Amino acid sequence: MSFDWMKIPYALLTVFIVFNYGMLLGALIQKIGARAGRRYGIPVWQNYVDLIKNYGQRTSITHGVMFYLGPVFRLTGGIGLLLFVPTIYGSYMFSNLSFAGDLILALYFVFFGTLGMALGAGESGHPHAAIGITRGLSQVSVAELPFALAVFAVALQYQTLSVTDIVAAQQGGMMNWTLFTNPLAVAAAMLAFLGSMMRPPFDVVIAPQEIPIGPPTEYHSAYLALMQTNRAIFPIAKMVIYMNLFFGGATSWPEFAVKVFLLYLFSAFVGVCFPRFRVEQSIRWFLIWAVPIGVLAILWV
Amino acid sequence: MNLQLVTPMRDLHTRLQHLFPLGELTEQRPDLGFVTVPAAYLRPTLLHLRDREGYTHLVLLTAVDWLEENLFQLTYLLSNRTTGRDIGLRVKFPRQAAHMESIHDLWPTAATYQRELREMFGIDFPGSPRLHEEFILEGWNDIPPYRRDFDTLKYARANFSDRPGRETHDPEQHMKQQLYPDGA
Amino acid sequence: MEQELKPELQIRKVKGPDGVEFEVEPLRDYYCEALPTVQHGAYFKIVEDFFNWARAESLWILGFGTGCGAIEMRPLMTPRFDAYRYGIQWRPTPRQANLLVISGYLSVKTLKRAIRAYEQMQSPKYVVGLGSCTINGGMYWDSYNTIKRLDDYMPVDLYIVGCMPRPEALLAGFEDLKKLIRAGKAEGANQYAEKFEWYKSNQKRVIHDWDMPDYNW
Repeated sequence: MSFDWMKIPYALLTVFIVFNYGMLLGALIQKIGARAGRRYGIPVWQNYVDLIKNYGQRTSITHGVMFYLGPVFRLTGGIGLLLFVPTIYGSYMFSNLSFAGDLILALYFVFFGTLGMALGAGESGHPHAAIGITRGLSQVSVAELPFALAVFAVALQYQTLSVTDIVAAQQGGMMNWTLFTNPLAVAAAMLAFLGSMMRPPFDVVIAPQEIPIGPPTEYHSAYLALMQTNRAIFPIAKMVIYMNLFFGGATSWPEFAVKVFLLYLFSAFVGVCFPRFRVEQSIRWFLIWAVPIGVLAILWV
Repeated sequence: MNLQLVTPMRDLHTRLQHLFPLGELTEQRPDLGFVTVPAAYLRPTLLHLRDREGYTHLVLLTAVDWLEENLFQLTYLLSNRTTGRDIGLRVKFPRQAAHMESIHDLWPTAATYQRELREMFGIDFPGSPRLHEEFILEGWNDIPPYRRDFDTLKYARANFSDRPGRETHDPEQHMKQQLYPDGA
Repeated sequence: MEQELKPELQIRKVKGPDGVEFEVEPLRDYYCEALPTVQHGAYFKIVEDFFNWARAESLWILGFGTGCGAIEMRPLMTPRFDAYRYGIQWRPTPRQANLLVISGYLSVKTLKRAIRAYEQMQSPKYVVGLGSCTINGGMYWDSYNTIKRLDDYMPVDLYIVGCMPRPEALLAGFEDLKKLIRAGKAEGANQYAEKFEWYKSNQKRVIHDWDMPDYNW
């Protein structure tokens, strides 16, 4: 099997574009949330400044090898998620390293970062980090369950495991989107989307206003900067998957920008209205509302 | 003969005087009175007030340092929630023998007050739970600071350095300078 | 008067997982005995200026309200004053913060915890003293329990005068701190490392029950 070496710089270009888009979009969504609270909020370039400041810290403390590898795993999860699905359908330049069967790989990468993070934060030895990990992992595993069910439903529907083929099947007009051909799966997946975006009402794990700030309690300086880089890339990569599976994919960069923005805005809409759930409340919510819809979606296909 | 109006407070005082050797009642307000109790009769008086007269709420337990008379005074302020009246019991004992019996079995919150008084005044309450744990001060190595023979200004000057250039606006100093500029 | 150490900090015998018994002195063995070192900036001045600009534009305050001045910090999070516009955020952990605001009087009890939090922050780090109690003792100048000069115990970059300063005064103070940082004059962490013995002896003179290692990083 031959490997097309030209794909590598193009893939790096995709990562670069998505990184910048993620930083700016993240700040923009925070500004929108701030406007909902009648204030101005952070400047749009604030994420870049935070990143430079954290990289420029002169000292840092390490608690061991796994502590160092935690953010590395997380960033690997984010970039891996991005690189193995086609960002722009139909374009040779930006279809990354996708191949047949990459849907399962995408599911794997979504979990991979959280697990690496849990190991790293556990080695930091801080009791608040341990609290954060238990809360985070339990919430994430229940929140990803409807997403996995929706993905199976879609794979059964289109009889393929390759994201490129799923996107191809949705071309030719808006009525071909999975949104309209399998609305139950999309509903389950969107509810799971809220859970994994770490915005209210599901952000008790990682909100900086909580004293156990969660897994990143002991992380600082360059480690925190790595995690912040991931926080810019990972949501965008996840939304690329959502876009490809459920909303018809993007055939050009402006379409990509608009669709990702609208998806992010969906979680922001919900986020500014609701206070936080406790972890057991959010688990109960997912099990009662999101999982039955996912099961129905599989049965209906 | 003392012609005094019979108020509920005075009525209570008369009733109590039949049982315990109390001092005079000082009526500060119609609903607040203070009475001096000998140290040996503190506990029976408290029990009687709590169980028979309805003064079930211990509002506070505080101490006063009568340095000139060489006495400590403890004030137990009790409140009757139904009638809305407060009564304060004063107990005096010498500064050299600064201990009183503990009432933490009557009101559990008294344990916290007693802990504070032992740390800040040096009054011992034998039997009170967690009495010798550090409460407000950590690593304190001088006499208990609320006593009036503790000079807080001297301690502050000795331990914490001053920043030069601090002015004082003490009125006495100001007028002295104004009226006697040559320093008489 | 030497205070007794808490039971978990005393020397004790421990049996390891492989059955070997050894003696443990927690204050020495569970912490490293390294002292702070002076951290120099980047080699090229333009890179250091760029980093200083980024540090000034992204001030992360440790969310530790040490005294009564913390009540003036909280309106800054509300829409009326909105400190987030200036790049200021509050973080709950000293590892991620680079600015410690000592808000108001500092009792000896809180000083011990503030020193621990300050030493856990990563360099470069800044300290702002809020209110007159950090400058010359304020209205608690004759108290046996509050310190009078904050910069005897930790290096201070900026004082904000007032009792308490209003939130607008705080914002103006943070703007002045940003100017200091951009000019490269806010090197409190290096000053702490250079005069470490002096600061430590001052701290130990007022904190009598010292049961922490000398440098809590």
